[in-house]
Amino acid sequence: MKTFYGTELPNPLMLGTAQYPSPAILERAFRDSGAGVATVSLRRESGAGQAFWQMIRDLGALILPNTAGCHTVKEAVTTAHMAREVFDTKWVKLELIGHTDSLQPDVFQLVETARILTEDGFQVFPYTTDDLIVGERLLGAGCEVLMPWGAPIGSGRGLNNTYALRAMRAEFPEVPLVIDAGVGLPSHAAQAMELGYDAVLLNTAVARAGDPAAMARAMMLAIQAGQLAHQADPIEARDMAEPSTPVIGKAFLS
Amino acid sequence: MKIVLNGEPRQVQATTLTDLLAECGFTGRVATAVNEEFVPSSLRSGCTLNEGDRVEILSPMQGG
Repeated sequence: MKTFYGTELPNPLMLGTAQYPSPAILERAFRDSGAGVATVSLRRESGAGQAFWQMIRDLGALILPNTAGCHTVKEAVTTAHMAREVFDTKWVKLELIGHTDSLQPDVFQLVETARILTEDGFQVFPYTTDDLIVGERLLGAGCEVLMPWGAPIGSGRGLNNTYALRAMRAEFPEVPLVIDAGVGLPSHAAQAMELGYDAVLLNTAVARAGDPAAMARAMMLAIQAGQLAHQADPIEARDMAEPSTPVIGKAFLS
Repeated sequence: MKIVLNGEPRQVQATTLTDLLAECGFTGRVATAVNEEFVPSSLRSGCTLNEGDRVEILSPMQGG
């Protein structure tokens, strides 16, 4: 199993902590699914931060702070430093948003920031597109993990470009790859794992579901099914039918 | 002295970042920045505040 900067994940589900109807439901989603990684952020202290931190620590999941909402290199670097101190981890999910509507990553600033942060000792998890050259540049900048989007954040559209994601898997066989963003259904998460991805990061699909805890568990089951299917070496799709029941020995009855 | 704390204008007595945290009741786990520069907790007591400084005090929050 691949490691993430030397750390083996307990399981391939990385679950966001935002948008849940209540802290109790958030907690249940983590407990019922067993998600191994929790993504978190930093915001202006309003009084709720300390209780949230206590709860997250009690979940026992690995903590992955993000730089969500950052639009510039400087903003992202400063946020990463603040997150490292508060969460006491070198891990950072690097988000450099390039477009307000699509929340598409600004891959140029992403590569630049990844280099700066790596040199500062961070272990960067870059939220990127499925572009192979950008992936290559991120690895060159020191990233040891890539997190291509399935679809825009919160869209729930699933894997928009399986061709590109398959190519990425083939291009970087040794690199831990995570589908980050766009997953709406367990079938999307299963598909990501069937493609050979190493983990799936999702938030909205669970937090905004009618029953977040049940959906979190469904995601975990789908991820496990997809992972097992990938390891089981699935058949290739074909255009024509092929009888599964033996033809030889069939009675002559017509 | 008047500063901008988390985007809001504020009149404070504190002259260092450490004193500001105490004055404003920030006792928990927070990260600080002054004028868009990160100030590690170890450097807060030596961080002198000036009129008009923009101070950001951030804490753990939900994220995706």
